Amino acid sequence: MKNTLMILMLALLPLAAQANEGLRLDKAPINPSNQASLQRGARIFVNYCLNCHSAASMRYNRLRDIGLTEEQIKNNLMFAAEKIGETMTVAMDKKEATRWFGAPPPDLSVIARSRGADWLYTYLRGFYRDDTRPTGWNNVVFDKVGMPHVLSDLQGEQRLVIEESVDARGNKLASHKLVLDKPGKMSPPEYDAMVADLVNYLVFMGEPARSTRITLGLGVVLFLILMLIPAYYLKREYWKDVH
Amino acid sequence: MRNFIICALNWVDERFPLTAMWKAHLSEYYAPKNFNFWYFFGSLALLVLVIQIVTGIFLTMHYKPDAGLAFASVEYIMRDVPWGWLIRYMHSTGASMFFVVVYLHMFRSLLYGSHRKPRELVWLFGVAIFLCLMGEAFFGYLLPWGQMSYWGAQVIINLFASIPFIGPDVAVWLRGDYMVSDATLNRFFAFHVIALPLVLLGLVVAHIIALHEVGSNNPDGIEIKQNKDPKTGIPLDGVPFHPYYTVKDIVGVVVFLIVFSVIVFFAPEMGGYFLEANNFIPANPMATPPHIAPVWYFTPFYSILRAVPPMFNSQFPGVVAMGLSVLVFAALPWLDRSPVKSIRYRGPLYKTWLAIFVVSFFILGYLGTEVTTVWGTFDKETWIVGGVDRATVVARICTVAYFLFFALMPWYTKYDKTKPVPERVTG
Repeated sequence: MKNTLMILMLALLPLAAQANEGLRLDKAPINPSNQASLQRGARIFVNYCLNCHSAASMRYNRLRDIGLTEEQIKNNLMFAAEKIGETMTVAMDKKEATRWFGAPPPDLSVIARSRGADWLYTYLRGFYRDDTRPTGWNNVVFDKVGMPHVLSDLQGEQRLVIEESVDARGNKLASHKLVLDKPGKMSPPEYDAMVADLVNYLVFMGEPARSTRITLGLGVVLFLILMLIPAYYLKREYWKDVH
Repeated sequence: MRNFIICALNWVDERFPLTAMWKAHLSEYYAPKNFNFWYFFGSLALLVLVIQIVTGIFLTMHYKPDAGLAFASVEYIMRDVPWGWLIRYMHSTGASMFFVVVYLHMFRSLLYGSHRKPRELVWLFGVAIFLCLMGEAFFGYLLPWGQMSYWGAQVIINLFASIPFIGPDVAVWLRGDYMVSDATLNRFFAFHVIALPLVLLGLVVAHIIALHEVGSNNPDGIEIKQNKDPKTGIPLDGVPFHPYYTVKDIVGVVVFLIVFSVIVFFAPEMGGYFLEANNFIPANPMATPPHIAPVWYFTPFYSILRAVPPMFNSQFPGVVAMGLSVLVFAALPWLDRSPVKSIRYRGPLYKTWLAIFVVSFFILGYLGTEVTTVWGTFDKETWIVGGVDRATVVARICTVAYFLFFALMPWYTKYDKTKPVPERVTG
């Protein structure tokens, strides 16, 4: 009986720590209300991502939401489309892409909603050289990733170092560390800031209505709170004669 | 002007019982005056039903029930349809809030014995509404055609495939194909937007008519109709539903809408519980997600399914247990043998069992959202449970507790020490 109780109590302990075998993600330092960051992110997105990845739900003219004019969008960000109302599609053939990368590059319209900002931030900074891979690249959060490191001229080349150690209880621990072998055009802080801008943009693109949603929400909730006052007093007035 | 309105009303009343219905169900329907917090959830469920129907109609105007177009059409609604994002978030939040409200509404019944005689049919209609709602949620969840939509449907339909002998054929019949496909999406759309809503509306009407026939229960669990004013025949402890409870429910509605709006506008994904991250990946029949979890409102029952070990190489016993865990609610009016209805006058046995049931329900609900290895595995040497996932063991204990709450009810309610019930309602 005592044993059973012990088992019961043990079983009820949340043992989340043991289940956490995945890599810890870095917190993405993004600010959705920073328009300059979003604009820089949009520029990186169309230059580096929009060659293979589409964002088929995103229209170019939606970029007006991050403070750009139609002229600016047309002149600086539209390489593959003719009309401002078109969506961000790419010409890459899905079958060809599968042959090249093993899988077609996914559409990025809502990638920030399925992966989350932190994952993207860690992923885009987590590429390392791996000669066993066809592309020569691997990633710390996406093992055997099909995508090559398209930002390597900016970041440079990283190498994965695995350090093994033994903790007090005799469990083997492995810690992963990325070491910059060849520097790129950007210093590591510059590169991190650039990735943060890109992730910020991807989050915006995942839900362009987000800022409207929040502003409108404040008004709606405030209105309802005000409405609660007459609703409550009306109820009290009617119920005076009961009891 | 006033004369004209009276004339018009008379004209209608001679042809349709408008005034009579207004009186029977609102202005002269006498409800106990001592309703408390738990009595808001019936009218709130009705409100959410209206929200779902109205937002649903607008979503149907832009949604495309086609495996090739469905996912993109939802994003089209979110971006290009004016206020589409609001309508969609109201609908997705409404789905979850429907279950929040209905679970609280059902719990009220466990507290105050609202399912007891003479309200058995009110309860049975309610259980049917709950079943219908589960179907409605299940069919609706396929429509965005994301990975969780697809694989969730796959898993649930495969449950039917585990029925001995006829299972595989039943599964094909349900899907309309050998796998979840465009055919499945189309029929689920039909079920979601017309078949089940029709049934649901009919059941809601029946639920309310049955309730108004017998009169509402109250936190004291006593019948107000037993103490009527000898002259007027009006229950002494009753107040007309309108205006008393209409104005009171307005307060409830506003408070509910505040909670609802906070979710819709500030946390529509609700941390992945209302809108799952994986459902923003288009359905891909070639890639099974590593972890398939149903939406939170199904997870207690899903946990029960997973907790039952396969027998004779079949998942069927688990499916039966899951089905029973929902259907057993229907038996409640006949399982409860207590001389009193309300928890206020019940003894410690019922209170303890109710607490065990609620805790089990929550633990099962939590575990259903997680993989079975979430709490790790028992060491190989551990007595009996060696090598088994801790979460599975806990889920099994909770499953047993869940069913014991119902199975032992005839005894513990009968032999429980009860307190004397007052003649008239208390505050």
